[in-house]
Parts: sequence; structure tokens; C-alpha cells
Amino acid sequence: MSTSRILLLSLILGWTVGATAEVQPEAGEYGLGDPASEAEIAGWDIDVPPSGAGLPAGSGTAAQGEAVYNAQCAACHGPEGKDGAYPRLSGGQGTLASDKPVKTVGSYWPYATTLYDYIHRAMPFTAPQSLSADDTYAVTAYVLYINGIIDRDTTLDADTLAGIVMPNRDGFISPDPRPDVHNTACMDHCDERANGASGSAERKPDDGVPTM
Amino acid sequence: MNDDMPDSRGAAPDAKRRRLLKQALGTVGALGVPLIAGRGVAAEAGDNQAPNVPEWMRSQGKPILSPAYGVPSTFEKDVVRTPTDLTTTKTSSWSFTPLQALEGSITPNGLVFERHHGGVPTIDPEQHQLMLHGLVERPLIFDMAQLRRFPQVSIKRFLECSGNTLTEWEKPTGKTVQDTHGLLSCCEWTGVPLATLLREAGVKDKAKWILAEGADASALTRSIPMDKALDDALVVYAQNGEALRPEQGYPLRLILPGFEGNMQVKWLRRLEVGDAPFMTREETSKYTDLMPSGKARQFTFVMDAKSVITAPSGGQNLAGKGFYEIRGLAWSGRGRIKRVDVSVDGGRNWQQAELDGPVQPKCLTRFRLPWRWKGDSVLLQSRAVDDTGYVQPTREQLVSVRGTNYVYHLNAIQTWEVSSSGEVSNVHV
Repeated sequence: MSTSRILLLSLILGWTVGATAEVQPEAGEYGLGDPASEAEIAGWDIDVPPSGAGLPAGSGTAAQGEAVYNAQCAACHGPEGKDGAYPRLSGGQGTLASDKPVKTVGSYWPYATTLYDYIHRAMPFTAPQSLSADDTYAVTAYVLYINGIIDRDTTLDADTLAGIVMPNRDGFISPDPRPDVHNTACMDHCDERANGASGSAERKPDDGVPTM
Repeated sequence: MNDDMPDSRGAAPDAKRRRLLKQALGTVGALGVPLIAGRGVAAEAGDNQAPNVPEWMRSQGKPILSPAYGVPSTFEKDVVRTPTDLTTTKTSSWSFTPLQALEGSITPNGLVFERHHGGVPTIDPEQHQLMLHGLVERPLIFDMAQLRRFPQVSIKRFLECSGNTLTEWEKPTGKTVQDTHGLLSCCEWTGVPLATLLREAGVKDKAKWILAEGADASALTRSIPMDKALDDALVVYAQNGEALRPEQGYPLRLILPGFEGNMQVKWLRRLEVGDAPFMTREETSKYTDLMPSGKARQFTFVMDAKSVITAPSGGQNLAGKGFYEIRGLAWSGRGRIKRVDVSVDGGRNWQQAELDGPVQPKCLTRFRLPWRWKGDSVLLQSRAVDDTGYVQPTREQLVSVRGTNYVYHLNAIQTWEVSSSGEVSNVHV
């Protein structure tokens, strides 16, 4: 038996042991890579999409999260999510169309699930992935609370988090409308042709485009 | 045709020009970029110049392996990446490539710009794994040895942070081209097509997006559209012939030619196939482009055509009248650079520059134009055209549509002003 056949066979056998599906999927063209078991995937699959799929068991409220926030987050993000040296977390609603937009969780973020996802994967900055699920739910609740999005005693868990509607949920435009600016490759005396510019800009409305 | 453009080389330097050269190099030295390769530059080095025999010819030089992994000449010590001053921490921060000091189109590995969100992890390649799961027939885990066994491809492609040039929306801010355009690099990347790995796992029909996740402290994640993944995306383990540098994702990263740098996830550890974008922090609260209306464009992946003159460029000094070659870089995330035009009068008249070929798609392309400086104040600009017909716009054109709070994707024509004293500075016209 050739080396490649042994490899293929061991792959198939390895897959059969680890899989629950009745139908055995065929190996890929090159037979490289090892089957990923459900346990291996569960350990690494930490993302939380807008559907809330993958949220762990556990729960928390803003009331519980305040102490966690003050201990773990306030040194960087400031009390109540303001005036820290690092990104501001609260306030700013109504400023996005102004000269000085303030982008925060409350004014800008379209999904509450992203908040849980990001706190879990990357915060606290000096010790990512160190918070328990309960503490992550609680801090998520606290940040939503200081933005006036939920009450102090609202319980967040795998069933309720995805249902929260963020203020800027419909604030995003896609697909990409570019190219949105159309210059022309004028070569001579261009300032005399187009008021100093060498082409013309077309302003396209950025509202009314379906958001995703 | 502008009469400042010569068709032949300049004359030999005279005594006055030599003095100017000394002055200029004294000033420019901090940039590590002498604009002029003149003779008789350093007075104290006279003993090593004609007609004397230089000291470095009168004894043996250093032996081989000095050191075993070669480093640049000590005289090039100022050619380094420089940090931004906009971030509170140095682990979630960025540094700039010294474009003014580089030639050709390839960026040396030690000078490729950095953008990290949780510092540079130290990853043992023997322990590193890439997990591919989600909407696939066969969830798989690859180790580095397995990934290296797949049929290999090597391509030269640029890498640009979508925040490159972000300080320049409202007023000229950066002093040098390193400050204004240094979140830009170009390497030969070697690895395996992402499409090959996806076929190996068997993508299901509903699959539309892929989440890519890094193994750094930020576990950075971005959603990649499936059509890009199947088109020209690569999972790479080498750059410019050697293993990825730690700050470039060692041992494994994603390369998405022409797309914004943030998506080309470094220290790649996981790919999850899904039917919708995952709406990660990076693609919602960051890397979205705020319009004057208060709405923000999302999933603006492609880096549009852009160019910049690297010589003469901000912070440099021209050493006197006469011949110079205007040199710069052009690139487009949508394809090949078709043409670059250069203006020395602030955009009134333009001339077509020469491109160093072969011009490759989504790759830095060097352009050059001979020029004779008469000693008067001039405004230098370059304007790229790509093979879709797109013409690099002016800043005014971009601002008229996008406002000035857009942050990302500023690909405007850059202006350098050469003063009558030869100083080059960043200006808006």
C-alpha cells in the first residue's frame, strides 16, 4: 500500500471516529489536513454573529456589570465609558452627521452581539479571554446601560442579547457604491477647463441604498 | 509639453553645486535619503577620495557571516519604520514604511509597515494550527507542514492600510511621504490559494462569507466575501523568499490582493464559512466610512487607484538647479496601473511618466519622469490611471462627495511644493 493510500485511509478512519454524520464525506483532492472534532471546534469557535449563534450559557445585568467595569475597564475607558485615554464607549448619539462625530457603542455600533464578541475576544486589553461568561454578559449590559439602551436590571443572556436593537442599526450603507468620484485625465491647461480641478465630481446620494 | 522637462542628463557639478550638495546632505541625512549621488560630498572624507587611495582598500574587510543574517550598511541606519503619534499604546498601533528611501517596487521585509491590534504574538510554528469549519463538508485542521505540501503559488501584491493618508483629509499634516503614504508596502507572497483549502474542505451551497480570525491578543476577525476567497485570496507563509516576519503574521496570514490591509488577517488561525457577514467590531465600529449624512459605508474593501511621488518628496532638499528624475509609486486594487501622469505646475499641465515593467496587477508600479529644475517654486503631483479607466481624483473631488470625516480610503492626488530654496514640503492646492 502506498504512503498516500495509508494517509487517505487513516484520514477516513480518523474522520469516522470523530464524526456523527452517517454519511462519510470523501476526503479532499490532496488528502491534507486532519478532521476537526466538535470539541476542537467548540474551543476555538468564539465569534458571535448578529443571530447570537454561539453565545454561551450564563447571564448578567448592568447592576452586576458596574463593579466588573469599574475594576476591569474604567482605568482605560473612563468612568461610565467617557474621558478615558482609550476609545470612548458611551454618548455621542445624534452627532454622526455633525462636524465632530462621536462614535461610541451607543451612537455607532449596529449590533449588541458584536459588543459581547469583542469584549470576550479582546478585552480586558491586558488579559483577553479572561472574563467569565457571566461577567462578559454583565459588562456588555453595563455598556448598553450607560448608553441608555437597556435598563439597569435587564438580564442579558443567549436568548435576549441578539434581540436588542441598537440605535444606529440602520446607519450603514452597502454594497460599496464606489467608484463615487470621477476624475478625467486632462493633460493641458486643465485649470481653464474645470475651475481649477482637472475633472468633475459626481455627488451620489448616500441615502436610500439598501443596508445589510 | 512643459519646457521644464529635459531630454538629456544634466551637466557635471560645479564648485557651487558641490557646496550645495554638502549642505543638502547635511539636512537630508536624517531621512537617510541623499537625493543626489554627487562627488566630493564630505569634506572630512577627502583622504578617501581621488586622488588618494581609500582606507577601505588598504586592509581586509569583515569575514563572511558578519553577521550570518545580513543587515543593511550602518550608513543606512536612518532607513527605518517610524511610529504614529496617534495611539496611546504601542501594541495597538502602527508604523510607517520609509517610501522615500526605497527603490523599485518591492518592500524589504524589515521595512514593511505594521498595524497591530494586540501586539505581535510569538508563535511556535510547530504548534500553530489553521482550523477551517462552518458550512463545509469536512471541517479540517491544518498544521504548517501540511499547508506547505499544497501546490504553491508566489505573487507580488501591494498591501495598504485603508487608513493610509488619513491625516490629510482637511489639511496637510505629514511632513514626509513616510508620514503621508507609509502604510503601504509590496512583497512577493508565497503560499496556497484559499480556494484550494476550501475545496479540500468542501464548501456547502449556502456559503457566502468566511470569517478569518488571527491568533493574536485581539483575535482580530474580518468577514471575507466568498467570491474574493475563490478568486485570488491566498493563505501565505512566506514573503520575499523567506518565512513571514513575526510582525507580518508569522507563521501564517491571509493575503487578499487589492483589498484593505485590515482584512488580510495575520497570525491566521481560523476560517469559518458562513452564509452572512459576521459583523465583527473591525467591520462595524472601525473600517467603516462615515458620510456627511451620518450614514457610514460598510464593506468598502477595494483600495482604489493611487500614486505618490517619492522623490522629490516632503522633507527633502534639492541641492541646486539641474537634472532630477521624478520618481514615485502607483497602485490599484482593481487591476493594473495603465498610466501615470506627472505635473510640475500644480495640476495645470501633465506629462505621461515612464512605468517600470512588467506592470503587474494589484502591485506597486514604479514611475519615473526626467525633470530639470530651474530653481523656481513648483508644485509636483502624480495621477494614476488603472486599467478600469479610473483616474486618481483630487482631494477636493473626494471631499465634495465624502466630507472630511470619512477617515479611510483617501486616495487623492498628493502635492509636494518645491520652494525656490529647494525645500520640499507637503501642501494642499
